[in-house]
Amino acid sequence: MNDNQQKTYMTKEQLPPPSERIPLLRWLRQNLFSSWLNTILTVMATAVIVTVVFGLLKWALGARWEVIPANLKLLLVGTYPLQYVWRVWAAVYLISLLLGLSSGSRGGLMRRISITVGLVSVVFAILPFPWVTRTWIIGIAVSGAVGFGLGYLGKGRRWCRRVEISLWILSFPIILVFLNGVGGFLPVIEGRTTWGFMLNLIGAIVGIGLSFPIGVLLALGRRSKLPAVRIVCTGYIEIIRGVPLISLLFMASIMLQLLLPASVRPDLVIRAMITITAFSAAYMAENVRGGLQAIPRGQYEAAYAIGLNGTLTTTLIILPQALRLVIPAIVGQFISLFMDTTLFGFIAILELLNITRSIMGNLEWRGTIFELYVFIGVVFWIVCYSMSFISRRIEKTVGVGER
Amino acid sequence: MSVTNGEGIIIYRDVHKWYGDFHVLRGITFTLQKGEVVVICGPSGSGKSTCIRTINRLEEHQRGQIIVDGMELTNDLRNIEAIRREVGMVFQQFNLFPHLTAVQNVTLGPIWVLKMKKSKAQQIALELLERVGIPEQADKHPGQLSGGQQQRVAIARALAMSPKIMLFDEPTSALDPEMIKEVLDVMKELARSGMTMIVVTHEMGFAREVADRIIFFDYGQLVEENTPEEFFHNPVHERTKLFLSQILE
Repeated sequence: MNDNQQKTYMTKEQLPPPSERIPLLRWLRQNLFSSWLNTILTVMATAVIVTVVFGLLKWALGARWEVIPANLKLLLVGTYPLQYVWRVWAAVYLISLLLGLSSGSRGGLMRRISITVGLVSVVFAILPFPWVTRTWIIGIAVSGAVGFGLGYLGKGRRWCRRVEISLWILSFPIILVFLNGVGGFLPVIEGRTTWGFMLNLIGAIVGIGLSFPIGVLLALGRRSKLPAVRIVCTGYIEIIRGVPLISLLFMASIMLQLLLPASVRPDLVIRAMITITAFSAAYMAENVRGGLQAIPRGQYEAAYAIGLNGTLTTTLIILPQALRLVIPAIVGQFISLFMDTTLFGFIAILELLNITRSIMGNLEWRGTIFELYVFIGVVFWIVCYSMSFISRRIEKTVGVGER
Repeated sequence: MSVTNGEGIIIYRDVHKWYGDFHVLRGITFTLQKGEVVVICGPSGSGKSTCIRTINRLEEHQRGQIIVDGMELTNDLRNIEAIRREVGMVFQQFNLFPHLTAVQNVTLGPIWVLKMKKSKAQQIALELLERVGIPEQADKHPGQLSGGQQQRVAIARALAMSPKIMLFDEPTSALDPEMIKEVLDVMKELARSGMTMIVVTHEMGFAREVADRIIFFDYGQLVEENTPEEFFHNPVHERTKLFLSQILE
């Protein structure tokens, strides 16, 4: 008898909790039509939504979307000469190859990214582009696959990992030199200030790649025991953070023009990149400092107690923990840096936003403002969303919640 | 660099320390012989933790002399690092590195400070985790371990540097009662193996069983110093008697 009772008790315990599903009609009544006021609000809101959606649809169907394919090359790579566009493709292939390599040798997040890139390029190849373009696009998937194969073969070998990491680090300078050209080897391409969306991307990657390490150093410097270092770092951070980016950009473009003779003055694009890096580094430093502040004293003491010196304690114990804590803030910073590259437009650099304006000024494409801005929005959204998606995955893989 | 040898592995001579105006250590003098196990007890705020933290320079003393294994503690950074290599420490809050696994916590010091080969360090770490009784937890992160397990990893981490002296700063105070024993057992085994140990603790049972000497602190002073036998049965000072009557209830 007793045994039996125990049994029923056990089975009850094992049952799943009762389902919370409510029939649609009851849900509607409960949530949307529970009172007169609610009913009126529901009807009004529906009317507004329907009007807006229909208006958008009507506009979207009648819009002159042909402005985008017709100017696609101009939007993406600006006035980069057609006969050299293969260099841009080659740069894309290199990145795709590296993604494939990493995904082949590591798997996980890298694999998902490279598979997504491959799939997207296949989808684009199906779209009605000219055949030449399609071939170029398919090349992305192919180079990714080649990289994957190589990575898969070298998987688990130490040298493979080293090669992979050094290739990633080297790839960007290589790409920059390659796109720009080197005297005597690859023809140098003039008019760097008119490269369209490519400038936004390059600006963002240079900015991110440089402002991150500089920001970390500034953050460490601000907490240094040496007064000189601390004062310099704090001063730099506070001065830069007190000035809007746009005015820094104007200073870089106009003031340097006046102050420095042309022979020693770096190119406008380079000045803009230095400016955005310097600007972003100050904010990065404060984000990182927030993470450093959150590490308990006991971590330092434990590190010192096993004999680690200050540098090793920082690099092995403190920074890895601090950076993990501030991944969301840092990625936010990266995203806003990427969007800030549109401010280059104000100092006469034809990046995506500015080049769009010149297309609007073209008589043939008069009145295509909305189409172009929607395109810009979509392009930026894709890049920014990818960044935040990757950051979420990284947070998961490094186990932020594992404390 | 080398000061007198042969008269003790740790020598304190009239050591003073202030936090601002607060006089934490008021002239501490004692000597510890190699292989000795000393328990320091006393009411909270009496300076006992501060005292052992001056041994590896987590706290600076302002007056007096501290000599550890023939090296005097000064502001010379290399001297401090040399002493830290010889002195292992276990903290009340464990202070494991949360981003590393148990075995990585243990191998970190040997690899980076002693420049040991990774495979060798790994092997030593696994042996030590075995010794403290948790070989199966080697690849877990500290967050996945119980308090007692974490403290045992912390002991293994300190031992991995093959220290000559081990400091324990209230190692069981942050533990649930059922985990205290597992940590104390490891410490007892360590004491029997001949390790020189200074233990700040309220565990009087441990003190009675393992300590060669008990030091009683109050108001930043060393009030009484005696064998466990004498300390528990014939305390000399009034303050010690009061403390014992409170703690043994």
